[in-house]
Amino acid sequence: MTATDILSPPASAPAGSVERVDVEPPRLVDPRPTVRGRRITRHPRLVRRTVGPLLLVALWQLLCAEDVVDKITLASPIDVLSAGRELAKTGELQANLLVSLQRVAIGLALGASIGLAFALVAGLSKLGEDLVDPTIQIVRAVPILGLVPLALIWFGVGEAPKVFLIALGSAFPVYLNTFAAIRAVDTKLVETGTTFGLGRFGTIGRVLLPGALPGFLVGLRFALVGSWLIIIIAEQINATSGLGYLINAAQTWGRTDIIILGLAIYGVLGLTVDGVIRLLERRLLVWRRGFTGT
Amino acid sequence: MTAVIAKALRRSFGAREVIAGVDLSIGAGEFVALLGRSGSGKSTILRALAGLDPDFEGEVLVPERRAVVFQDARLLPWQRTLTNVTIGLRRSTSLDAAQARARGVAALAEVGLAAHARAWPATLSGGEAQRVALARALVREPQLVLLDEPFGALDALTRLKMHALLEELCRVHQPAVLLVTHDVDEAIVLADRVLVLTDGQISLNATVDVPRPRHRSNSAFSTLRTTLLAELGVTETVDAIH
Repeated sequence: MTATDILSPPASAPAGSVERVDVEPPRLVDPRPTVRGRRITRHPRLVRRTVGPLLLVALWQLLCAEDVVDKITLASPIDVLSAGRELAKTGELQANLLVSLQRVAIGLALGASIGLAFALVAGLSKLGEDLVDPTIQIVRAVPILGLVPLALIWFGVGEAPKVFLIALGSAFPVYLNTFAAIRAVDTKLVETGTTFGLGRFGTIGRVLLPGALPGFLVGLRFALVGSWLIIIIAEQINATSGLGYLINAAQTWGRTDIIILGLAIYGVLGLTVDGVIRLLERRLLVWRRGFTGT
Repeated sequence: MTAVIAKALRRSFGAREVIAGVDLSIGAGEFVALLGRSGSGKSTILRALAGLDPDFEGEVLVPERRAVVFQDARLLPWQRTLTNVTIGLRRSTSLDAAQARARGVAALAEVGLAAHARAWPATLSGGEAQRVALARALVREPQLVLLDEPFGALDALTRLKMHALLEELCRVHQPAVLLVTHDVDEAIVLADRVLVLTDGQISLNATVDVPRPRHRSNSAFSTLRTTLLAELGVTETVDAIH
């Protein structure tokens, strides 16, 4: 039988089959969905995604330029940019930005390490869980920003209270997510580790920790978001440097352009650092996507 | 020479006694299949022999070098195939890293997956993953291999290929094997001896007297098959269906 024989239907119904007379032959169609609006997909994704924000900025500029909103209430995007240039020229912007970044980095590193350490203690043994978890759950219920006055009394006005608050704020999400992730590691895999002679420490290092890594990274991302919130507040109270201080000072000078500049920088930083962690996730969790990573 | 001795093995879960006094011995290099209906406690016996169950009663002696293959491959998804095969190998032997690696590569080659040494488990098919699990078991030259329905989740065609592969691997390495399965044909094709577990006790112990390679067309095969199915409570006559 040749291919054409297979493709062409038999001329008459095979012997023994029921002859169907009144069956209308179906109209045959291409099953692929008909393409509508194909043209849009020709534009790169980045272009499509930036349209919204650009339109918003344009509208904002238009409202300011037409004096719908006056300059004192809301500075225009161009004013914000020139304020940025002005502050960058004097070096004020870089210095304050650096101070804020440093505080977040130190606080986050401290907090994440502490959260991770407690998560390991609680996650790896029932005894550890009973000793650590209830205490952490109680402390966690206290709103971090409510601790600002206490932090100022304890640590004064220097770097310490800011770093303390950020560390405290980032320790909890890291702890919670890592602890949950350790406990969610498939017991079958743990059993496999035992069967093939990994031993206790081998099982922790080869099975439990890699299994909990995705949870830890989720916790780290939450911690980052929290850190940026805390630094804004912490730097607006009793600070003499940092982005939050700059924003606070701008308020007394009545400079909305500098306030908006500070907020915009916070936003951009938040996005950037989140992007860095996502990149880290993609690199550390290659096995999830089945990427062979050659 | 004996590879496994179990005497008066008992195991209860709450009030339910799943294993009610089982005596079992497996000779070195002997392939024993343990048949039983679903929930009959086959896997409970296997887990006791594997050292995965500390709570059984009775006496059990097994070799020091033993390996388990489960129904699911249980590969660590964050380790490449080769690392999964050599896992724990250096801890139980005096091999250095390069030697362990070489052994792992050789084991992968034996199951026909040498090219997949650097692949992530997520990219393997079910049959491939199970072959990796076999390689992981064999790489430590076990004196006892415990197989817990290892081909239960595979499609029929892959299962047939795996039977041939396992038969060949056993011929080369000569470990004692306990295969837990509910597939009567699989048991007859592979095993030297078949046990049937009913109500927590061994109710039948039959030596498989069919020349290898075993074909279903062999009359001794079908006679044993009927006996075993009857012991498991299945009659396969046309009358029974109608």
